Amino acid sequence: MRRQSLVKVLFVLPCVFAFTMVILVPFFYGLFFSMTNWNGVSETTKFVGFLHFGKVFTQPAFIHAFLASAAYTAINVTLVNAAGFALALVVTGNLRFRNFYRAGFFAPYLIGGIVLGYIWQFLFNSAIPALGKALSIEALQVSFLSRADSVIWAMSFVNTWQYAGYIMLIFIAAIQAIPASLMEAAKVDGAGYFRRVFHILMPMMANAFTISLFLTLTTSFKQFDMNFTLTNGGPATRFLDQPVMASQLLAMDIFNTAKANRMAEAQAKAVVLFVALVAVSLAQVSINKKKEVEQ
Amino acid sequence: MTRVHRGARVLAELAVVALFALFMIPFAMVVLNSAKTAQGIIFDPLSWPTDWGRLPRNIGLIFSNSTVRYAGAFLDSALITFFSLVVIVLFSSMCAWALVRTRKAWATILFFVFVAAMVIPFQVLMFPLVRWMRILGDFLHVRLLQSIPGMVFAYLGFGCPLSIFIFHGFIKNIPYELEESATIDGCGQARTFFEIVFPLLQPIIITVLILNGIWIWNDYLLPLLMLGSSGAVQTIPIAVTAFAGAYLKQWDLILTSTLIAMLPVIVLYLFAQRYIIRGMIEGAIK
Repeated sequence: MRRQSLVKVLFVLPCVFAFTMVILVPFFYGLFFSMTNWNGVSETTKFVGFLHFGKVFTQPAFIHAFLASAAYTAINVTLVNAAGFALALVVTGNLRFRNFYRAGFFAPYLIGGIVLGYIWQFLFNSAIPALGKALSIEALQVSFLSRADSVIWAMSFVNTWQYAGYIMLIFIAAIQAIPASLMEAAKVDGAGYFRRVFHILMPMMANAFTISLFLTLTTSFKQFDMNFTLTNGGPATRFLDQPVMASQLLAMDIFNTAKANRMAEAQAKAVVLFVALVAVSLAQVSINKKKEVEQ
Repeated sequence: MTRVHRGARVLAELAVVALFALFMIPFAMVVLNSAKTAQGIIFDPLSWPTDWGRLPRNIGLIFSNSTVRYAGAFLDSALITFFSLVVIVLFSSMCAWALVRTRKAWATILFFVFVAAMVIPFQVLMFPLVRWMRILGDFLHVRLLQSIPGMVFAYLGFGCPLSIFIFHGFIKNIPYELEESATIDGCGQARTFFEIVFPLLQPIIITVLILNGIWIWNDYLLPLLMLGSSGAVQTIPIAVTAFAGAYLKQWDLILTSTLIAMLPVIVLYLFAQRYIIRGMIEGAIK
């Protein structure tokens, strides 16, 4: 019996060691650093308490990045889930070549944010304006990335293109788990297609919505890669009488703060991101779970 | 009635084809413009290339470039992804099995810690991680920064919580009687796992491989921070950004470099599409 538990301890050891060194220690180390004057250059650091936390909330750049992230997340969660659900309905219907379509819709997910950021930068800055010129459509001739009022929408559009296929797969799994006889029975009773979708299908897959909303919410809020290569924060705009970057989301603001050797301040911003993320995702999951029970 | 029905059906099929085209256009634009010169792209990014021979020439320019070691980055990315996947699958499945089959408080707590850690965003960890890896490396006399083993170790740490969670859910549903009879036949614990349990995990291993594989191959921030943007070890996303940074707005080179970065993934997807889709759906149900 004792030998048995020794084997079990040995089995968990590699993961526990790597996990502790890579996640646990840096996490608490980071909480500590957010309360010091760490600048990434000098070896010694001094404890300064909550100084940075008070300071970051008076910075227009940080407040703007926070609000931009919130707006981007709200738009994204709506678009990605709506698109993913529509795609799931399409490819679970009785269309020809539906597996072919399914594979195509999922393909953008395989391409990393860095690479597709450059691809869409090209599409927005060169291809779409060229199309606008060819068709003489004025609205398309100026890049959506160069306007402060459209750049967040452009990023959400790209993210929807990337993520909808992945969310689609989650919905497909849920739809396939619902007995087909249920939809058949409703059809016989005279319920139209959209009624069946809204009143039977969607309530039956409440669990899938909990997962998909959680995934889209957290990934949008942490967005960095695509933000970096698609817009790099631009264009410049004004906020609270200060020049700020229109599409600089939270993660990028944190990264740029650290690049400017304000490491402790960047770390404090990251802790704010962490707390906001936990609060919002806990609220979302508990609301969704309550809905799941009600059904 | 049937006529209306058929009309609606044709309309739906057309809508899907249009939607599908919309999803594929970005890929098509990359291929088309990778076969043009920089001037050709500025002149007309929408046209069909006049000379497809430009495509292999552009690819050649990328690989023979002296500022960015593209081929080296390719190899490093492949090695990091491969070894990370091996250790993640092996150690996460071992850990998950031990946690499922141990009915003690520590196993429950440990599992809970792994799951809870999944909400920690990378941004909170990244700067202290680099500093800590330097300290730990010095202490253990191993090179953790700017090295492939260091990357593999970090990916095990970051990848294991989700992988353990997925394996845990799967192993819970494997009947214990199977292992019990093996134990009665005198099979040791470790042998029971490797000879009885591990082979049963095959479908869920595919899910774990795909989820982690896509993430590691495309990951940018972790390699950037641990390897540096111009160190001896590079990954594909770092090489692509280095390229775009060095050849600002030279879309012929940038687009060709993204094409090469995508190609292995797309080719793998074309061949293993069924497994990848099934693995992802399997992972979605959890």
